[in-house]
Amino acid sequence: MAERVRVRAITPPGHVRAPWYLRGKTGMIERPLGEFHNPEQLAYGLPAAKKRLYRVRFSMAEIWGEAAENVTDTLDAEIYEHWLEPEDTHAP
Amino acid sequence: MPHDHPDHFHHEGVSPSGHPYRDDNDGPLTYWQRMEIAVRELLIEKGQMTPVEIAAQIEAMDSRSPTNGAAVVARAWANPAFRVRLLENASEASREMGFDIGPLNLIAVQNTAQTHNLIVCTLCSCYPRNLLGLPPDWYKTREYRSRAVCEPRAVLREFGLDLPATTTVRVHDSTADMRYIVLPLRPAGSEGMTEAELAALVTRDSMIGTGLPRQP
Repeated sequence: MAERVRVRAITPPGHVRAPWYLRGKTGMIERPLGEFHNPEQLAYGLPAAKKRLYRVRFSMAEIWGEAAENVTDTLDAEIYEHWLEPEDTHAP
Repeated sequence: MPHDHPDHFHHEGVSPSGHPYRDDNDGPLTYWQRMEIAVRELLIEKGQMTPVEIAAQIEAMDSRSPTNGAAVVARAWANPAFRVRLLENASEASREMGFDIGPLNLIAVQNTAQTHNLIVCTLCSCYPRNLLGLPPDWYKTREYRSRAVCEPRAVLREFGLDLPATTTVRVHDSTADMRYIVLPLRPAGSEGMTEAELAALVTRDSMIGTGLPRQP
């Protein structure tokens, strides 16, 4: 997994754990967290494969642009591997 | 007067103490309340668990409180080796102290002279319940969950914490399987205090990041 990653800007239906306000935003992997059963299947009682989970750190400037209170403040969120793409991937 | 209500001209529906009567909880059940009862009764009928076990589990959850987390924080302040273990693996460090935290995946984030951490769950209300007990009601509100990520400094000011621009605020959104606890900065003037005395300085809000520990 690349150091700098972008949260995929997709909108699948269902129980997803990638918050809307981070879709399409680029951040740095803060640490890998190991593998967990995919909550997007677990939520429906379906067999859920294990997926790698990462803590990704975003700058508030990246998320909120000029509306950010303080550009050096950060936000960390846990994002599953299938929601991440390398930064240089062309945004959809 | 403590029992002086603004609508004291309308005494209907008001108890002798002056407080309005609270409605009995005999309204219709919601869909999810009915679902919970149905699943619970099925589990009992099928012999998966007993009512005694369910009551014991509720009691165990109710007995968890921020004092558990305060003991963990106080040990981290008093014991540098424990602090290292807590920052490496907060679940194991909590279990080492004897706390039955179940499958909780806990991460401790440390405040420093330059950094302040704040915990939120924007998607629902994830909270380290197995260590700290049930979350405060405001933690679950849409207002806290949405504002903590886009204007954390304004939220902190409302909690009485006005951070200088030179302090970096790090917000942690518990979006998936991990839960978070803030390891606050040990207050100045607490040198020489015992672990129990230190624990008394640790507030629930200081472990969420919406407050600071008490001053000794």
